[in-house]
Amino acid sequence: MLDLGIDVLFKGTNFLRLLQGLWVSIEISLISVVISILLGMIVGVLMTMNNPILHVALKVYLEIVRIMPQMVLLFIVYFGTTRVFGLDLSAEASAIIVFCFWGTAEMGDLVRGSIKSISKVQFESAYALGMDKVQTYWYVISPQTFRRLVPLSINLITRMIKTTSLVMMIGIVEVLKVSQQIIEANRKISPNAAFGVFAVVFLLYFMVCWPISRLSNYLEKRWV
Amino acid sequence: MSELLKVTHLHKEFGKNVVLKDINLTVKKGEVVVIIGPSGCGKSTFLRCLNGLEELQDGVITVDGLPVEANKREITKLRQKIGMVFQSYELFPHMSVLDNIILAPLKVQRRNKEEAVREATELLDKVGLLDKKDYFPRQLSGGQKQRVAIVRALLMHPDILLFDEVTAALDPEMVHEVLETMLALARSGSTMLIVTHEMAFAKAVADRIVFIDKGEIVEETTDVADFFKEPSTPRAKKFLSTFTYE
Ligand SMILES: Nc1ncnc2c1ncn2[C@@H]1O[C@H](COP(=O)(O)OP(=O)(O)OP(=O)(O)O)[C@@H](O)[C@H]1O
Ligand SMILES: [Mg+2]
Repeated sequence: MLDLGIDVLFKGTNFLRLLQGLWVSIEISLISVVISILLGMIVGVLMTMNNPILHVALKVYLEIVRIMPQMVLLFIVYFGTTRVFGLDLSAEASAIIVFCFWGTAEMGDLVRGSIKSISKVQFESAYALGMDKVQTYWYVISPQTFRRLVPLSINLITRMIKTTSLVMMIGIVEVLKVSQQIIEANRKISPNAAFGVFAVVFLLYFMVCWPISRLSNYLEKRWV
Repeated sequence: MSELLKVTHLHKEFGKNVVLKDINLTVKKGEVVVIIGPSGCGKSTFLRCLNGLEELQDGVITVDGLPVEANKREITKLRQKIGMVFQSYELFPHMSVLDNIILAPLKVQRRNKEEAVREATELLDKVGLLDKKDYFPRQLSGGQKQRVAIVRALLMHPDILLFDEVTAALDPEMVHEVLETMLALARSGSTMLIVTHEMAFAKAVADRIVFIDKGEIVEETTDVADFFKEPSTPRAKKFLSTFTYE
């Protein structure tokens, strides 16, 4: 029979460790997404205001996020700050900071886009019916913004989960790191383990991300 | 008959661009006034001023004796007296037809839900859209959306209705159903101010014609039939001649 090397996963607590590693990835993504959504809403609303200074500052911020590889940001925050500012940031905290820095920019842009995409006549139709500003935002504008935002932010979660594979570079033991450890430990007895273990990791990522992206597709079709 | 809407010395400009010059107009209860004029003459801006969507540079507008002032808190009260239907039928896309219609009556006027739904149902039935009450706007044709928008305005029990080219964005075969609805309203005694490019409709529905050109009222008459036969000003004559093809 073809030796895929999957058997190493059934040794000891190996599979459990892999799941724990996966949970680390999910946990970092979830915390980052929640914070990013909250901060992103603030940034998004700020971006729709016509303040020139704010506008430039936020533009620069967005550009930095776009240009810098996440890995570089991770190194700067984790290794850099410890040295320069004498801060003792844990690897997890550094990862969350970097992911939020990135996620807030993305969410901010999405929020700005959704608010801008609502036509002026929507506001005026509400005003013409006698609604005040608060009622207009509450019943007419926010629900539309929110509907556009939900599928997009779900999308961001899957991208974050995928990108968490980078955090092992600063020593966080997430799913990919665990699989490497398992493969290393079994190199002698099960040289094919690399294939089997990574295949399982692939499946794990898939099982987490696929339902999320289906959900986002579904919501997009239903609401837009 | 009592004066419902009174506009005196209305002056409106966008920057240096003067759009409305010294407009004076009085609309009595139950009257149907049709405003016509070339594109860009200020018709839409005029209607928008009437319900406080634009700020005035000069002049006074009163509805039922109360001044219309944009950006004042009282404006939301006044707007409940003024129903407006726009050219680009803007229903709220995230709500069903029924929810679109009862939103303002419930949230702004704090009416009883059962009663609002009952009245909405009756009105929808009148315009032949009762079977569409649970549809979403995107599932409706342009003409249907526009009739829902009219019902939405009606349910607020406004004293006066403003219509801004409500058929301009519609396919020809849908224009008729919307105009029929408006004609029925006019016959039932509603006070209406209508901007339209449909001259046959204007002739049929109007108690009075107001012709605006370059931001001024150039001609105003209650002899509607005569106006369309033989307007007394050359500018109106020229405008009307653009509607005949030879
Ligand atoms: N928000 C605005 N800012 C600047 N200028 C405006 C604005 N709205 C309208 N105008 C100008 O005011 C003038 C009158 O516009 P308005 O839309 O009232 O014309 P209209 O008579 O309704 O034309 P149409 O028949 O094409 O609808 C136009 O010259 C237009 O360019
Ligand atoms: Mg117009």
